[in-house]
Amino acid sequence: MPETTRDSDGVQIDLISGSRMDGLRSMEKIRLILDGVRDGNIVILEEGLSPDEESKLIEVTMTEISPDDFSGIEIESYPRAETANQSFLDKLMGRESTKKLTVIGPANQIETLHKDEQLISALVSRK
Amino acid sequence: MMGLLTNLKDSISRVTDRLFATEEPKRIGIYGPPNAGKTTLANRIARDWTGDAIGPESHVPHETRRARRKEDVEIERNGKSVSIDIVDTPGVTTKVDYKEFLDHDMEKDDAIRRSREATEGVAEAMHWLREDVDGVIYVLDSSTDPFTQVNTMLIGIIESRELPVLIFANKTDLEDSDVQRVADAFPEHETVPLSALEGNNMDEVYDKIAEYFG
Repeated sequence: MPETTRDSDGVQIDLISGSRMDGLRSMEKIRLILDGVRDGNIVILEEGLSPDEESKLIEVTMTEISPDDFSGIEIESYPRAETANQSFLDKLMGRESTKKLTVIGPANQIETLHKDEQLISALVSRK
Repeated sequence: MMGLLTNLKDSISRVTDRLFATEEPKRIGIYGPPNAGKTTLANRIARDWTGDAIGPESHVPHETRRARRKEDVEIERNGKSVSIDIVDTPGVTTKVDYKEFLDHDMEKDDAIRRSREATEGVAEAMHWLREDVDGVIYVLDSSTDPFTQVNTMLIGIIESRELPVLIFANKTDLEDSDVQRVADAFPEHETVPLSALEGNNMDEVYDKIAEYFG
């Protein structure tokens, strides 16, 4: 990510496009997300992660938690409603419809206020 | 010569018996968020069918910080016997803050050690889910909101691995329990209400375990 001078009073938000993520391996995506979050940024993914990547994100997050430094992540996305209605052909071809806007931030700086199938409302605070 | 052949035949049939006749028990992972009652359920099942428990239960989150196994649990249903290995896993979360343990009368050192063990346990639970379980019992506290990110993600992970899954709406003994809310949250899956603590509705629990994992 290009270096910018950050106002210490602000909160940086990185909106990462689907095409940017498409070119990355699973671990590269997870690194990109966690490096941002550990810097105190809010990371918004246009197309989210696959279930397998989400499981690895949880696992890697756990290995990086350390007292008084990093207490983990808050992650919110719309429920994956499509999987149930996925066509047989899509399943056969391994086409997973996982595209869903996902918000990830440091657990101590972001708090989900409300979440339903159409709206995620979060409160972001400075460190 | 005949003796040799008979011996050979015997040993071959012993090998094939081992390969085909005795099916390996299915490994069933008990998953869910912290404090859903996973260990209480695991202990209830283990006590009902083997006589001993799996691990200590507690109101403090992350009491279970290692996946614990109970092997060859034979569940008898309608004259048939189903054999499963139970894996009781640590509650899954995306964050662990040691300061939360300080509220449970714990010294700072103990709280930090507990939170470190908890994070290792969650990582281990995720690993088991990706590699080593044949089916999942997903346990939820039915008195709490089931529409959480951890539940959505975990059910998504379980579905993507095409593992058979049963949703257990636990703690029906609590006044705020709402089984329908759990069923509505996961309409593609079967929801079974129960109180693992009180032992309520365990007959249906065992019927469903035999049906899904037998």
